[in-house]
Amino acid sequence: MSSVAVPGGLQRPATFYQSVVGKKVVMAATGFVLCGFIMGHMIGNLQLFQGAEKLNHYAELLQSLGGALWLIRGVLLGCVLLHIFSAYQLWRIKAEARPEAYVRKATIATSYAARTMIWSGPIVGAFLVYHILHFTTGQALGSAFIKGDVYHNVIAGFSNPAAALFYIVANVLLAMHLYHGVWSMFQSLGVNHPRYTPILKTVAKIYGWAIGIGNVAMPLAVLTQVVK
Amino acid sequence: MKIILNIWRQKNATSAGKMVRYEMPNVSEHMSFLEMIDVLNEELTKKGEDPVAFEHDCREGICGCCGFMIDGIPHGPQRGTTVCQLHMRHYKDGDEVWLEPFRAKAFPVIKDLMVDRSAFDRIISSGGYISINTGSAPDGNNLPVIKKCSDQAMDSASCIGCGACVASCPNASASLFVSAKITHLGQLPQGQAERDRRAMRMVLKMTEEGFGYCTNTGECEAVCPKGIKIENIARMHRDYIKASVLYREESKAGGAG
Repeated sequence: MSSVAVPGGLQRPATFYQSVVGKKVVMAATGFVLCGFIMGHMIGNLQLFQGAEKLNHYAELLQSLGGALWLIRGVLLGCVLLHIFSAYQLWRIKAEARPEAYVRKATIATSYAARTMIWSGPIVGAFLVYHILHFTTGQALGSAFIKGDVYHNVIAGFSNPAAALFYIVANVLLAMHLYHGVWSMFQSLGVNHPRYTPILKTVAKIYGWAIGIGNVAMPLAVLTQVVK
Repeated sequence: MKIILNIWRQKNATSAGKMVRYEMPNVSEHMSFLEMIDVLNEELTKKGEDPVAFEHDCREGICGCCGFMIDGIPHGPQRGTTVCQLHMRHYKDGDEVWLEPFRAKAFPVIKDLMVDRSAFDRIISSGGYISINTGSAPDGNNLPVIKKCSDQAMDSASCIGCGACVASCPNASASLFVSAKITHLGQLPQGQAERDRRAMRMVLKMTEEGFGYCTNTGECEAVCPKGIKIENIARMHRDYIKASVLYREESKAGGAG
């Protein structure tokens, strides 16, 4: 009697993605990979505080991965693109789902971080492009960029107050994005249990704060000349 | 006491609506919110004006008929109740309130504060049932149900389908409603046979009807008159993921061997 047919075979992944739940699952799964990367990336980069030798040695280690490095980059890029693509589609669905806005609408439960996901996301995305041009390929740093001397590049990059400020703003937004996103991701993947959910919610908040503090500390330390 | 009402007046589904201001000089604190509108409607009728259309039936919070936005909150400021259970004693003299219909593409306005929620019925008929042979009632307790499962099923089954979850959701998502129905049947032994198909069809139907998606803000849970939990939404996602991998349509041969 149902008008909704459920095809099998190769059409199944397309059917899965066709629903709003499928799109959210894709968003959550890619978010899961990306937030794992973000933590690793931050911990690695915090070696900035241990001096030039330590940080540059870490960079060398990453470069020595060769093919594996490109595989990781490929997976991460794929996740970023899928995350953005599903976010864009869901944003369009949201715009269509309530064509006429409320004259009055109260917000009871939604956190500020949850309300601003649609803003924090694209700004962090733009920051990501700048970040790669800044410290990976070097175009944004210009003649000051020395390939392989990560420590020098970071000091040179953050000595520009405008660049450092953009890093600080973008990372505060990233932290907010994670503050809502990390718990939301578990919920979208179907993980919710009275025993674990309160713990997961706390972990997500700590995660957001940790990323925010760690990532803001680096440009701030160079700007205030704690690290030279 | 005096209450100022700003009510969304809209002639029909296709016309544009607007807020109209009404002053109610003699509202008794013993009135229910809907009784206040009944009084307003009597006055409007006497004056030869069109009364405010709003939906209501049982007026004791169990049928799911009533519901509109009061100051931007579905069912008004009182938690865990429907509009019909709200009384004027919660307001004070001179208060100004704003009434609007639930807004979503899937809930088109019929008139004033009344919306068409038949999208919910279509989602139910896409999979929110169990197929059984009807006949004489089965013996009590002949199918054992674990207490925690029956508790979860009953808690979810308390959903009255009022649509407050959709109305409060920033994305006009029907996830709380659909997940409550999926949990209600999915936690019981009778619901297992069609569990995968139910998740697939109801989720796809919900998308097709034009409801948005869930961003896990918890806004729906906060306004639900029956206290349905968003834990159900995670269960719906789990069922949908599992069904997407495992579900298969019935074979044409029909198990003939």
